[in-house]
Amino acid sequence: MAAEPPVLSVQGIEKRYGERRALRAISFDVGPGELVAVVGPNGAGKTTLLSILAGVQRPSAGTVVGPASELAGARAIGWAPQEPALYSKLTVEENLQLFARLEKVADPHGAVHSMLEHTGLSERANERVDRLSGGNRQRVNVALGLIADPRMLALDEPSSALDPRQRARLWEFLGELAGRRTSVLFSTHHLGEVSRYATRAIVLADGELLFDGAPGDLIALGGPDAEDLEGAFVAFLADRGH
Amino acid sequence: MRWLLAKDLKILSRSRMLVAVLVIYPVAIALLIGLAISRSPSKPRVAIVDETPPGQTIQVGSQRVEVSEYAAQLFSQIQPVPVASRAQAVAKVKAGDVLAAVVIPRNIAARLSSNLVPAHLEVIYDGDALEQSLVHSTLNSALAQANLGFSEQIQQAAAEALERLLQGGNLGVLGGPQNLIGLSQIPAGLNRIIARLPPGADRAELERISQFAQFGAQNLLLSKNVLSTVSQPIRVQSTLLHGRRTPLNTFAVVVAVTVSLMFISVLLAAGGVALEREEHALMRLVRGLISRERLLVEKGLLSAGCAFVVAFAMLAGISAFVALDWSRVGQWIAALAFGAVAFGALGVAIGALAREVRAASLLAFLLSLPLAFLALVPAGSVAAGVNNAIDAVSFVFPFKAALQALDAAVNGASPSIGSPLIHLAALTLLFGALARVGLRRAD
Repeated sequence: MAAEPPVLSVQGIEKRYGERRALRAISFDVGPGELVAVVGPNGAGKTTLLSILAGVQRPSAGTVVGPASELAGARAIGWAPQEPALYSKLTVEENLQLFARLEKVADPHGAVHSMLEHTGLSERANERVDRLSGGNRQRVNVALGLIADPRMLALDEPSSALDPRQRARLWEFLGELAGRRTSVLFSTHHLGEVSRYATRAIVLADGELLFDGAPGDLIALGGPDAEDLEGAFVAFLADRGH
Repeated sequence: MRWLLAKDLKILSRSRMLVAVLVIYPVAIALLIGLAISRSPSKPRVAIVDETPPGQTIQVGSQRVEVSEYAAQLFSQIQPVPVASRAQAVAKVKAGDVLAAVVIPRNIAARLSSNLVPAHLEVIYDGDALEQSLVHSTLNSALAQANLGFSEQIQQAAAEALERLLQGGNLGVLGGPQNLIGLSQIPAGLNRIIARLPPGADRAELERISQFAQFGAQNLLLSKNVLSTVSQPIRVQSTLLHGRRTPLNTFAVVVAVTVSLMFISVLLAAGGVALEREEHALMRLVRGLISRERLLVEKGLLSAGCAFVVAFAMLAGISAFVALDWSRVGQWIAALAFGAVAFGALGVAIGALAREVRAASLLAFLLSLPLAFLALVPAGSVAAGVNNAIDAVSFVFPFKAALQALDAAVNGASPSIGSPLIHLAALTLLFGALARVGLRRAD
């Protein structure tokens, strides 16, 4: 994997809101098929980082080099924001059709049907989004992020509104994606999911990148008292004054 | 942009209640405003206690004026409800059956004829400050009109008496002297007699009388003219500075249509933009799928288009009842289109700044309604400072300019349509720029 060029390369990005620095000199790479977790306390800058990668915001400094340089515009990185970004009066299929056309997908119909099958939403295709459960809305949200078949998907707390069964299905789906060499970068507060599904973890606190490595390495850094990733994560942050 | 437009139309078609409210509510409001402006207020119901004996007259010289003539003048301004006594009138006022009561006293004719003491009418009224104000203004106006009409009759009778004095003739009084000589005829008759008299004291005396008669006749003629002037000392001559006179009902049509145009365009545009943010779709859209400018243009044009269709349909429908000049339809379309787009720009600015659909709708509503009323406040009806403030507010929002454009288009009113259209175009750019600033953040 090390020999393959990264799908995404983040170089020294900063984000300032007036005097406040939301992100400070963040740099990392993401390789093909990696499942990278971005963790950190509230206000660490996770959502800001993901929205910059997704192209919703521009960094104040630094560069994001990745699939965006190969494919035009929004098709480069798929994005699923924390709150499902869907038109509630449209059906699942209509939402997918709309964004397939806006993303200028070559075969919108084919892409929509393929996405409905992959996400297990075929039976719900004609249901209006405002009548779906929270789990299914999140699945449509993820499906919209994938409609243009991006090489990388950025997900902001994708499992936060899901019950355990829905969460398991989501991770199964994301695992399949990674298996097809689609890189997945996700933010989360569920450290159990990080240890179970992520191949890498990035720890942010106060806009600073404090750790970038395998979840097992983070457990090791947590010291002898850390029983699991959550314990190690808390100890790690405390050691660094957070 | 067409996919976004198709999406918005689909969402609109699935929000039937919203569409119904957006169309029915402004049209209803507009029609109410139109009716309020175009219809003169109905005559107030006033109880009348006429205590004068039937056929009572007022003596003016040799002429008699019927008291009932005065009552008739008064009744033309109100809806009279005859009652038998003052007590009944008081009861009706207390019960709210009538706005007020007027008691015409038994001695009114005697007092008017005496020329010594003025006659009095008693006005009985009740109610809150608003009703009291209405009674005051309505009855004062009615009584002023009646007094004017009555004084004209008295002046006419007085003028006839003077004419008889000047020209002579029959007094028309049973048993009175016939074929009386008039004052104006005396000098000529006297001069003929004087010419036949030798110079002396008698002739000098007659010459003095002749001179006096001539002087008297000339001054009585002047008095007669003065009387007609005094009865209505100031007459109104109206000069319209520019444009042609706009009938109130066609102006009401213009107001009603402009109000509908405003509500539909502003509310739809504000709601449409705010909905993109509320559904979190804005973040998805602006990451390269569609620019913020195109998104705003799409929302503005969609709302303007809907408002235009409803407003034009209103104009066409109203033309079945009110005579509108269809040869000016090109100007109607221009005025409606520019107005709808300017209101759409205001709407997208509100939607971009308010961020939530409910807040945007509320803000759009709270802003639109007072603006419409402010623009309708007649210049000069309020203090100069307030008037300047109203003018300034009306200038920076599209309602007044849209109203002027449509009034010019429909009624040929002044100012001509050109300057309001330029004004609307400038406001469209201003609010478009404001909307772009409001949409800077996508979350």
